[in-house]
Amino acid sequence: MSRMLRNVFLGAVGLFLCAPLVVVVGVSLNAEKRLFFPPEGLSLRWYGDMVTQSAWRDPIENSLVIALCAGLISVSIALPLAYAMWRHRLFYARVLYGLGIAPFMLPPVITALGFMIFWASLGHYGRLENDIIAHGIFLVTLPLMTISLGLESTDRAMVEAARTMGANERKVFTTVILPMIRPYIISGYAFAFVLSLNEYIIAYMVAGFTVETLPIKIFNSLRYGYTPVMAAVAVAFVAVALLVFGIIGRYGNLPRLLGRWSPERQ
Amino acid sequence: MTTCDDKAGSGDAGTGPSRHWLLAYPGAMLLVFFLGPFSIMLAVSFFHRVEGAFYEPGFELANYARFFSQLFVQHLGFSLYIAVLVAVVSVCVALPFTYLLSRLRIRTQTLWLVFLLSVLSLSEVIIAFSWSLLLSRTAGISNVLVWMGLMENAVSWTPGFTAAFLGFFYLTLPYAVLMLYPSVSRLERELTEAAQTLGASPLRAFFSIAVPVLRMPILGALILVFVFTLGVYLIPQILGRPEHWTLSVLITDQAIYQSNLPFAAALAVFLLLTSLALIALTLAIGRRRVLAS
Repeated sequence: MSRMLRNVFLGAVGLFLCAPLVVVVGVSLNAEKRLFFPPEGLSLRWYGDMVTQSAWRDPIENSLVIALCAGLISVSIALPLAYAMWRHRLFYARVLYGLGIAPFMLPPVITALGFMIFWASLGHYGRLENDIIAHGIFLVTLPLMTISLGLESTDRAMVEAARTMGANERKVFTTVILPMIRPYIISGYAFAFVLSLNEYIIAYMVAGFTVETLPIKIFNSLRYGYTPVMAAVAVAFVAVALLVFGIIGRYGNLPRLLGRWSPERQ
Repeated sequence: MTTCDDKAGSGDAGTGPSRHWLLAYPGAMLLVFFLGPFSIMLAVSFFHRVEGAFYEPGFELANYARFFSQLFVQHLGFSLYIAVLVAVVSVCVALPFTYLLSRLRIRTQTLWLVFLLSVLSLSEVIIAFSWSLLLSRTAGISNVLVWMGLMENAVSWTPGFTAAFLGFFYLTLPYAVLMLYPSVSRLERELTEAAQTLGASPLRAFFSIAVPVLRMPILGALILVFVFTLGVYLIPQILGRPEHWTLSVLITDQAIYQSNLPFAAALAVFLLLTSLALIALTLAIGRRRVLAS
């Protein structure tokens, strides 16, 4: 009885979360251009339009470039910071860590407006690299948290052992630490990548009128009414997220990454 | 302010000044690109407050003083109202959900987490768009109800308050679950099982054991979902009407369409301070919990 109740509840939440996605998949397969569900005749032509029409392909390229580079910036800041805090326990590393955690916790409109004014006062408005840096800073929280988590579960005795056997700091990092925290670095990068891809308001305020990213493109075309390509793009977004997090779930320890203690530590 | 050549670090491992160099790059990046924009924003909001308030009429007048205007009060009021409502409803649904989720097999949990993360990471544009389809007249859920004979004609339920609320709820539910997940999954299973051994129903064990033990994490999740909701930007624009605009929409509108950066900056500073205070409160709650355990 209680088991059935449990499944009904979980199923209801799952259904609620799935419902809008199902409709989007449905209308994206519509052979007709008008909005209708369930689809009247199946067709994949809107997916084709998505990658062949330059109106859609350019934003896709912008979004991908921004997300790939922003993820790199996030990780490049997070890795030395998390490592310095774990290895050397410097006071100001803690302060910087707090700075790194902050942007993502705050409403994104604050970061958006801050960067908009920042670039405007530098006279460097509307460039692609503005988006990259803004996303890189905004999302630094994610690799910072995953890498710190990875370091926390690393045995400090291994570092001591390597030092005793004559390895210098650099060698300790590259041969002992790096291989052990690699999955956490990759997860952090993946989180930042997916979130950058989906980010709207920062990209819009920082360079929205000159650099069109995919979410901006969708919102702009929503104003002029519905086209099925929007649904196809939405499906592609869902697919990318499922793929990336699916890979992390398959090869990493997702429950642990999200805060559940691993069984051996309980 | 602490700088990178500070020698006061109390490091107990590693040697030499090289460990300080490790922080040069991350420190520089965060100081320039995080504190930089924030300081300039703060300056803009203050500078114009003094200059503009005395000299220029019209749009430029408006800064902190404009907080008393009806425009601001109305949007602030709605933002707080929807944020509280959404936070309470989301956490109320997320709590039992997370509790049940954390008791599933690890493999099943991982599948759920993949799904939740995917939904959470979806752009607000996509979510708002999907909901506008789901609530539309031609492709929406009312067609299903007509088909089942529950309704006469298909209708459009968007835009409106219900649509906006559903969008908000959809956006925050996975967030609330993931905020609750660490503490709920660490809850000693023995506690609820002991209660059930003593004859309590699973439902009773949940309400009389799990909920009281988790009251601090629940409070923390409520605050974090509240702050998260303050940042929602596109849902109220696509699924709601102008009276459903939140503070985030107002800030962007002032900055871009009204070209009133000083007022937008003042609003952002207000939002920043409010959010920081709430997050600090959450951290304090979390710390007390660690000390207590």
